[in-house]
Amino acid sequence: MSFFHVKSMSVRYGGIRAVRDVDIKVNEGETVALIGANGAGKSSTLNAIAGLLEHTGDVYFDGANLTAQPVFARVKCGISLVPEGRGVFGRLTVEENLLMGAYLGSSQQDQDADLHKMFEFFPRLKERRRQTGGTLSGGEQQMLAIGRALMARPKLLLLDEPSMGLAPIMVEKIFEVIRGVSKTGVTILLVEQNARLALESSQRAYVMESGELSMTGESRSLLQSPKVRAAYLGES
Amino acid sequence: MDIFAQQVINGLVLGSVYALVALGYTMVYGILGLINFAHGEVVMIGAMIALAVVSALLAVSPDMSPFTLILIASAAAILVCVFLAFLMERLAYRPLRNAPRLAPLITAIGISILLQNIAMIIWGRKYKMVPQIFPTETHEIFGASITSVQLFIVAISGVLMVGLLLVVHFTKLGRAMRATSESQRVAGLMGINVNKIISVTFMIGAALGAVAGILVAGNYSVAHYSMGFMLGLKAFTAAVLGGIGNLGGAVLGGLLLGLIESIGAGYIGNLTGGFLGSNYQDVFAFVVLIVVLVFRPTGIMGERVSERA
Repeated sequence: MSFFHVKSMSVRYGGIRAVRDVDIKVNEGETVALIGANGAGKSSTLNAIAGLLEHTGDVYFDGANLTAQPVFARVKCGISLVPEGRGVFGRLTVEENLLMGAYLGSSQQDQDADLHKMFEFFPRLKERRRQTGGTLSGGEQQMLAIGRALMARPKLLLLDEPSMGLAPIMVEKIFEVIRGVSKTGVTILLVEQNARLALESSQRAYVMESGELSMTGESRSLLQSPKVRAAYLGES
Repeated sequence: MDIFAQQVINGLVLGSVYALVALGYTMVYGILGLINFAHGEVVMIGAMIALAVVSALLAVSPDMSPFTLILIASAAAILVCVFLAFLMERLAYRPLRNAPRLAPLITAIGISILLQNIAMIIWGRKYKMVPQIFPTETHEIFGASITSVQLFIVAISGVLMVGLLLVVHFTKLGRAMRATSESQRVAGLMGINVNKIISVTFMIGAALGAVAGILVAGNYSVAHYSMGFMLGLKAFTAAVLGGIGNLGGAVLGGLLLGLIESIGAGYIGNLTGGFLGSNYQDVFAFVVLIVVLVFRPTGIMGERVSERA
């Protein structure tokens, strides 16, 4: 059994099936990308995995079936989602935002150590620790959202469009961070519209098209696939 | 005796109670966007329970010390009100969490009527006298007089308000409450059991309300099944004046409203040449409510405009 396995998951919005029979497996330590066009159902898939959306089908993680679990219980099991649009608490300070991530955390010592680690990882956040989240730039907010998710010490990190709305130089920086996080051993499932970056930063990938998975394979080979190149990498 | 100083003191006493009750409105509004119109009735139930417990205890042992009496009565009142708030949220509001805004509002008004009637059935329609257990001495400050009970009201309210602000700003629970009020969705992603936090918010508000009810009954030496209605409306006005959803605003709004009311009542006779008397005191609260809603719907410290409900 895989470390993480989504089995024939479907998500409905009223009468519309936004996600149909999706099957995704992620092995421990892997970074897997989920790419596709706008509205293909990538974010819905990720939100359903986190427990934010009702779904049919099963979610297996680390030997347990999470299907019936609510959002906060899935966090407890080790799944953290960095939501689309970052979801930073605008009226909480940077430090408070980070501490929210450690809400379920164990000891005060661990929490302090993790906070220290995050500030080392993101020096920008340390400078702004007493500012409220709402005053940060988009890139800083994305760092904060990732840092906050890491404070929960997740075993599986779900990232929803981390590059959205950021300047190209900031996008590079965020992906550097993501690769760094992956190196520390955290398993990552990444949803991203920027297909090239996503494929370059992952080992395997799934391609999603109007609610269904259309292709899967090693990211390297997908980068070479004429179909992917034509549809998602803007080449003919 | 200096009338102005006297009215300021009366206003602060009145305002402390408004502030305590207003906190209950504003906390629930901050987290759910719901105006819990039944909150005033929770305050009334608090007063009634405390009174019932005091009467029962006095019947059993007439020479129990006032301190013990009040302590036991308050504990009972707080427990009942907290449990009541828990039930209210769980049975009446939670099923309507995703319903249109109007549904929970109408439900709140319904619960308010229901609780008033239950209280009327249990405790009757007559005004209930509070036994004279508080010391009745008066003190002189700035040429005005203040009773021990009034001093006690200001002190207890102050301690509770500061305590609440400390909890909300410096504890993990408070952080979770603030996070939940910003976004329930993201709060859930932090591992917060959002339903639990909402429930706790209702319960803290109810505990403060219960204390407020006891203080009001102690101050006027009388309790009645309908006492929560007007008090609730005034406290709601105070919350709107301060900026609903904002804790500091509720405290400020409560104190200001208390001052406006009692200074207004003190001078309305002179200003209208005796045409209107101090029994028109209630007019001021609602004039304030209308003025705030027309000119500054966000209140003094509010940031979010409510177009809902």
